Amino acid sequence: MAGADGDDSLYPIAVLIDELRNEDVQLRLNSIKKLSTIALALGVERTRTELLPFLTDTIYDEDEVLLALAEQLGNFTMLVGGPEYVHCLLPPLESLATVEETVVRDKAVESLRKISQEHSPVDLEVHFEPLVKRLASGDWFTSRTSACGLFSVCYPRVSSTVKAEIRQHFRTLCSDDTPMVRRAAASKLGEFAKVLELDYVKSDIISLFTALASDEQDSVRLLAVEACVSIATLLPQEDLETLVMPTLRQAAEDKSWRVRYMVADKFSELQKAVGPEITKNDLVPAFQNLLKDCEAEVRAAAANKVKEFCENLPEDNREQIIMTHILPCVKELVSDTNQHVKSALASVIMGLSTILGKDNTIEHLLPLFLAQLKDECPEVRLNIISNLDCVNEVIGIRQLSQSLLPAIVELAEDAKWRVRLAIIEYMPLLAGQLGVEFFDEKLNTLCMAWLIDHVYAIREAATCNLMKLVEKFGAEWAQNTIVPKVLGMANDPNYLHRMTTFFPLKLLDLLPHQALSEACGQEITTKQMLPVVLKMSNDQVANVRFNVAKSLQKIGPVLDSNALQTEVKPVLEKLASDTDMDVKYFAQEAISGECLSSSTIVDKLNT
Amino acid sequence: MTKCSKDALRCDNSCGGDNCVKQRTKCALLIKSAASTAGIGAVPASRTVSCWMRPEVWTGPASPPSPSSSLICRYQDPEPADLSMEEESDTRKINNSFLRDHNYATEADIISTVEFNSSGELLATGDKGGRVVVFQREQESKSQPQRRGEYNVYSTFQSHEPEFDYLKSLEIEEKINKIKWLPQQNAAYFLLSTNDKTVKLWKISERDKRPEGYNLKDEDGRIKDPSTITSLRVPVLQPMDLMVEATARRVFSNAHTYHINSISVNSDLQTFISTDDLRVNLWNLEITDRSFNIVDIKPANMEELTEVITSAEFHPQQCHTFAYSSSKGSIRLCDMRQAALCDKHCKYFEEPEDPSTRSFFSEIISSISDVKFSHNGRYLMTRDYLTVKVWDLQMENKPLETYQVHDYLRGKLCSLYENDCIFDKFECVWNGSDSVIMTGSYNNFFRMFDRNTKRDVTLEASRENSKPRAILKPRKVCVGGKRRKDEISVDSLDFSKKILHTTWHPHENIIAVAATNNLYIFQDKVN
Repeated sequence: MAGADGDDSLYPIAVLIDELRNEDVQLRLNSIKKLSTIALALGVERTRTELLPFLTDTIYDEDEVLLALAEQLGNFTMLVGGPEYVHCLLPPLESLATVEETVVRDKAVESLRKISQEHSPVDLEVHFEPLVKRLASGDWFTSRTSACGLFSVCYPRVSSTVKAEIRQHFRTLCSDDTPMVRRAAASKLGEFAKVLELDYVKSDIISLFTALASDEQDSVRLLAVEACVSIATLLPQEDLETLVMPTLRQAAEDKSWRVRYMVADKFSELQKAVGPEITKNDLVPAFQNLLKDCEAEVRAAAANKVKEFCENLPEDNREQIIMTHILPCVKELVSDTNQHVKSALASVIMGLSTILGKDNTIEHLLPLFLAQLKDECPEVRLNIISNLDCVNEVIGIRQLSQSLLPAIVELAEDAKWRVRLAIIEYMPLLAGQLGVEFFDEKLNTLCMAWLIDHVYAIREAATCNLMKLVEKFGAEWAQNTIVPKVLGMANDPNYLHRMTTFFPLKLLDLLPHQALSEACGQEITTKQMLPVVLKMSNDQVANVRFNVAKSLQKIGPVLDSNALQTEVKPVLEKLASDTDMDVKYFAQEAISGECLSSSTIVDKLNT
Repeated sequence: MTKCSKDALRCDNSCGGDNCVKQRTKCALLIKSAASTAGIGAVPASRTVSCWMRPEVWTGPASPPSPSSSLICRYQDPEPADLSMEEESDTRKINNSFLRDHNYATEADIISTVEFNSSGELLATGDKGGRVVVFQREQESKSQPQRRGEYNVYSTFQSHEPEFDYLKSLEIEEKINKIKWLPQQNAAYFLLSTNDKTVKLWKISERDKRPEGYNLKDEDGRIKDPSTITSLRVPVLQPMDLMVEATARRVFSNAHTYHINSISVNSDLQTFISTDDLRVNLWNLEITDRSFNIVDIKPANMEELTEVITSAEFHPQQCHTFAYSSSKGSIRLCDMRQAALCDKHCKYFEEPEDPSTRSFFSEIISSISDVKFSHNGRYLMTRDYLTVKVWDLQMENKPLETYQVHDYLRGKLCSLYENDCIFDKFECVWNGSDSVIMTGSYNNFFRMFDRNTKRDVTLEASRENSKPRAILKPRKVCVGGKRRKDEISVDSLDFSKKILHTTWHPHENIIAVAATNNLYIFQDKVN
């Protein structure tokens, strides 16, 4: 026992125990998180007889405290004396499983599931199973919803009579008065089915599943779709048609769009669960209907699954199914009235080209891509552009370039800066696909124009973009195309544009090896960039001047010590006596930093 | 008129003020209204109904009562109930004398909503001061069986505070517009309360134990010398006096540009809707950072605005159906299964206007102030300025029943327009079995209509007339001509004493009636 350890070691524990009931939530939370320390100090006996009874009644506390408590108790088995005494943890977890806050309840159930594994089969029947029963027949639906998650963990380890009781309880909860409980039961149906004997799955679970799938509340019905996936994987193929398919067909045509949405959303899982034969006969027409659904949300969910669904079709007649059944629907979706549907489709449609091969892509898909590239909604165009690589692999990008260019230009000049930002981020990808020649010819001017965009975020992204391009196309390209233009801006009448000159240098901080000066190498930096930067130290705007100081500090490491001593240092010293406080500050920073970096260079040279 | 409405709405949007709601409704309602003389309808002969009510009075607190004063709700004393215990005796006297005049009530004390919970054991009121007062029904006790049915204060809390929207330079009142109880899910009670902009979920729970025993302090709370600590002490929970706590569990905000007029909890116990003048938003009770707009009647061009949403409610059993009423006197029923956006209704209830009674005020008085589904879900009840109508969900072209609430006001619409009373939003309620309906009127009168016997009664909720345990006498209003004894003339009605908010116990004949700052609870005569 801890009492023997003396006062020094007791004091911190005493503080922790007192803080379990401190006014400050944060202190209570800290204390709860160190509950194992308290339990260790108290010893197993006092933990069981004093600490746990106290914790059982703390359900008044804040959610975050209760959440931490529920989590702690899941790892408490050794602290109460090992598996023999693990049932002592049930009362506090039981009271936590009835609170109104879902996250706390879920955590309590999770911990209960965890400690259920530590119960001996006897204890499970004597202590754990009665708890499940109490929860399942509780007055309030919070306790009944918690019970739903516990059946599956105790079912495999109890005697057959108790098993029958558990099945009965689950049945009762599936037809509970409150939709909350029915929803909880429906969401645990699949999990429970997995631990049941196959005969009971067929006799019990199927009838419950059918009942839940035709519940009057659509919030319950839609959860049955999820259960459908796990039940279908459990049943032998020959039973699927009679036991599961009628319900699934009904769900795919449910009156409520939310249920149909769920079917669309789970379509790939369903497809895998029911196997190729049923997919061919049933799911293909169902999928067609979902793609043509009257509710846009459903169409969008289905459109998202187009690629995955096609990929998972049985190989033997995949192409034929896609061409005759799926593609016609896809064609319609390209001109859908809802932009979310179109953009969902645009994000996956390019993936079809790998499945269909070169000829089909050129004949059937290309017109769709081109139509989407001209779509009025920028998101659709962006989604197409962002997935260009799939098509490039199959047919090469040249096929698209005619339409691509106007689409890119239009996005690049979009009035919404977020759209411009998005297209900038795809530039390196596009440049890679299109090649340097095409890029120089068509896109280079755009990239330069972004440098003087009136939105800061765009100017910043444009510099990042330039750096990535330099990495891709090499230093020589940079010297010929980028550097002159960037440096040219040093003479711009607008000081904000003049500052853009520093961007590539400034980013040295964030991306140590990607900044323009590093990418270009010492040669270009010393010969071309340094003079410009130094010249700008005479700028009349203070912002420009202190950016000179900051930049010099950053390009220091790439310069040779001669240039540092003869050119950089005098300029920095001049700036250090500037009239502007900020300029002075950054210049001094640079000088002290400069010495460091130059000395490291000297060191490097010496060794 | 059209222009006016646009400006009013813009004003609400940008600079806004207290008068905007009313102003806007006024304008929106007046659009297209034709000027013609108001016709006087026939006053229905009110028959005598045996009265079964006994009154119970509670006065809004001048200051929130402390939780320890257990019996705040009491029968009316000859002396007005005195709740401001803290005040000096002199001031109290003055207050008392003013108490008889309803005008005494400070603005903040005016009750703005009243609602029973689903078991009827609790009753909540909200007031203009942003406070919520919850009453609990006295449990059966052997010693005083007659006290069963009395409602005592259970919990009082400040639900909303006045706020200022800095972006729009708009003051947000703390007034509680609506309270809705959630079905009970554990030992605690939950309710939603809303002001113009923000809905809050409150938990009202009891605590009867508290931890005792510290390690670092002795019994008197003095800090112990750390060196004297030789053993650890785990706190023990000891019983204590019952304490009722109210905690805000969720705050649903930033979803409404206009003023929230109603909230309704779905039967799936997972979602609720909040409705403002132009939009209906759907929320998940557990998620506060997003809501879904399901109805939006805002025209692209605000000059084309012709109607506003006045109230919305979920169907009591079908979780996918809800109804909303408009300032044009129509009700739309929407099915959330059909589409994610419910801009298209599936049923449209409207009574064609009678050309013979058409007047300048037609459109204003046809505006629906409240819509309620019957408990069995078969009917809808709507309240407009002069009538209560019951609609069968299967019949869209005309109401099943129409009850005149105060038809004698038809001739006084002009003056009611002048004093803005014509824009009062009266609510209406069903009794537990959907056989009787109740709604408020002026002069502290409220009306009940028995749907089966077609009898109706006017009752008065006032301190002067209702002694504790007294039986309420039916009141009668006479129009012109000779005034008989016990009758009150239309011209002497007090239009500042209005009963806008009432509620009916879900299973029993107990009603709660809010008359400015007073809450009256009447119940069936106990033998």
